[in-house]
Amino acid sequence: MPGCETVPVPEPITYLDHAATTPLRPEARAAMLPWLGERFGNPSGAHRVARAARQAVDEARDAVAEIVGCRPGDVVFTSGGTEADNLAIRGAHAARPGAVLCSAVEHEAVLKPVRQVGGTTVAVDQRGALDLDALEDALSPEVTLVSVMAANNEIGTVQPVAEAVELVQRRAPEAVVHTDAVQAAAWLDLTAVAGGAHLIAISSHKVGGPQGVGTLVVRPRTALRPLLLGGGQERELRSGTHNVAGIVGMAAALRAAAAGRRATTGRVAALRERLASGLLAEIPGAVETSGSGATHGAGGTAGRRLPGTLHLCIPGIESEALLFLLDEAGVCASAASACASGAQQASHVLAAMGVTPALGSGALRLSLGWTSTAADVDRALDVIPPAVARLRGASAPVAQHVQGSRA
Amino acid sequence: MKVLAAMSGGVDSSVAAARLLAEGHHVVGVTMKLWGGESDTGCCSVSDVDDARRVAQQLGVAHHVWAFTDDFDRHVVDHYVDAHRRGATPNPCIECNRHLKFDRLLRRAEAVGFDAVATGHHARVVERPDGTRRLARGADRAKDQSYVLYVLGQPELARTLLPVGEMTKDDVRAEAEALGLRTAGKPDSQDVCFITSTTGRQGFLGRRLELRPGRIVDEGGHDVGSVDAVELVTVGQRRGLGLPGGGTPRYVVDVDVPGATVRVGPERALLCDGVELERLVWANGPLPVGTPVEAQCSAHGRPRPGIVAADGPASLALRFDEPQRRVAAGQSVVLYAGDEVVGGGTVVR
Repeated sequence: MPGCETVPVPEPITYLDHAATTPLRPEARAAMLPWLGERFGNPSGAHRVARAARQAVDEARDAVAEIVGCRPGDVVFTSGGTEADNLAIRGAHAARPGAVLCSAVEHEAVLKPVRQVGGTTVAVDQRGALDLDALEDALSPEVTLVSVMAANNEIGTVQPVAEAVELVQRRAPEAVVHTDAVQAAAWLDLTAVAGGAHLIAISSHKVGGPQGVGTLVVRPRTALRPLLLGGGQERELRSGTHNVAGIVGMAAALRAAAAGRRATTGRVAALRERLASGLLAEIPGAVETSGSGATHGAGGTAGRRLPGTLHLCIPGIESEALLFLLDEAGVCASAASACASGAQQASHVLAAMGVTPALGSGALRLSLGWTSTAADVDRALDVIPPAVARLRGASAPVAQHVQGSRA
Repeated sequence: MKVLAAMSGGVDSSVAAARLLAEGHHVVGVTMKLWGGESDTGCCSVSDVDDARRVAQQLGVAHHVWAFTDDFDRHVVDHYVDAHRRGATPNPCIECNRHLKFDRLLRRAEAVGFDAVATGHHARVVERPDGTRRLARGADRAKDQSYVLYVLGQPELARTLLPVGEMTKDDVRAEAEALGLRTAGKPDSQDVCFITSTTGRQGFLGRRLELRPGRIVDEGGHDVGSVDAVELVTVGQRRGLGLPGGGTPRYVVDVDVPGATVRVGPERALLCDGVELERLVWANGPLPVGTPVEAQCSAHGRPRPGIVAADGPASLALRFDEPQRRVAAGQSVVLYAGDEVVGGGTVVR
């Protein structure tokens, strides 16, 4: 056995997994630091220390309300996007039982609660966008809750939430509309995107805030039962002592993201386009999963895709093997959703779009964010095509896969 | 070398990874997620993945989880169910080694640049002067796993490392303890990883095939009892048939699934002169007719001397020197020369 071993050379990290989580913004860190140091307090108390903490939470509430376009009193702080989605679906269903609908490409944090309450999914088209005709067919006066995400986490497709709201108002006027805006919040003007929804879920860490905190916006007169019972915080909708540091960090991150949105979306969309065209040119057979439609750039309203998300299906390779090679080269990416053990799972999103398992098994999601640079794109373009070529060289039946196309 | 350490979350593969690292190899840990359903502990439950990951962290090596659940369903679970449907007795661990660990994983490892794959099996790979390799029994005879690894041919043996094969199980545990590995005291895995103790074999198979009640008849064809599921009965089985005790012990000597009939008889009715094998695997080419071998018919069975009596295009007849108890169809018979595996196959119905 040869004694020569290959010690991996430490590479600079090329982080292309911002849809999983994005680095903490300095504004968020600065806002949090006092609450991780000398400042503290339970906002529910009746003394000066408590009042100071209360004020910090109230000011954060104002900031979130302004960004989402709701009243401060509509903001319910949660432990994250998953709790916000669960509170929306299970809480609304518990308050007003009835038929529940959601798109077939929702995140599991929506999909699983919808399944639990016996709800059904509505089809999407080949780009992963909600099929509005299918929604119209599925709507009836018995429907009490409809959930449509603002933008998809895997493929980045921006969903027609406003159109869905309009349909719901027409066909099921009593129904509540929930939108999971977890992926959209970093990129889109939430006042426009989620304007008509009764419930809106946001996660702090997807916009550059800390992990473990989120928001559910609950519009006035939206019937909702709490998941957690206790001290009655957050208008009885979310008991539990406030995560003050997390809440002020989330508000600061949302503010920073909103202030820089125009510049960041334009810059990142351009990076993404260069990455997409480079990879599509260099990797024979690669398909851009959400189609090659317009990216939702700065100020655009008719956008079809988040500016930071690039999802490819690469025939003739396996995602896990590609991700391994990319990881070794310091390129952090993902395929689909990961399960509790860390293994990659088959994507329900791709299945709903009609992507064949053969093509979907070579899924690659590259998601850019506010810290992404031209150097990241350069590095990805240097690393990914040779990695794919290497894997294709190693696996025999490539040719027929390359010929294959999406169903 | 760059070595992929297949880490199940057990003590053997933990120590295997640690030893490779100590030898100076570049080690990356991979845990295979094989089974998506319920499991007691199996090799792929979240808690076992946790153990593997924590050991990898402790050793300072990267750890990945690779999902081969579809392949496992097809090659191991479906095969298991089909075998029972035919009244055969499958060995899913061997199918997993054949199709998953030493095929799927090995190929993936090679594709992404590993020189070898290491597992925590108690067996050894020995190199012959002519450059070929043989799988040999592990140093700990009581824990020897060469039987379940006979499916490795030369290409697989050339890329397989078995770092704990020279150790006793006690040594492995002592080394794990000395290194402070959290898996040091973990019990050995038992039974079939995809069948839970609560559901059992009957519950698992009952959901996947129609289990049919059957008659139990004696050698004269007289009804002596009945079984709930003829698909669950194995040749050689003595217990669990619900036959009255006392008298000469009676064994299952034949299972006729289409006829829903189990035939029982005394031990001598179980004896046979030989066995026919298919799905043959050879360490380094087929053995000619007349070659003496030692045949091991279960994971920890005693090797029985015999001779290669005849060979066909895809099968082989083995004759035992002394009559032996019949081996159930679907079971593997592994052929040894001394400590070395020379080949093997599964028993033809």
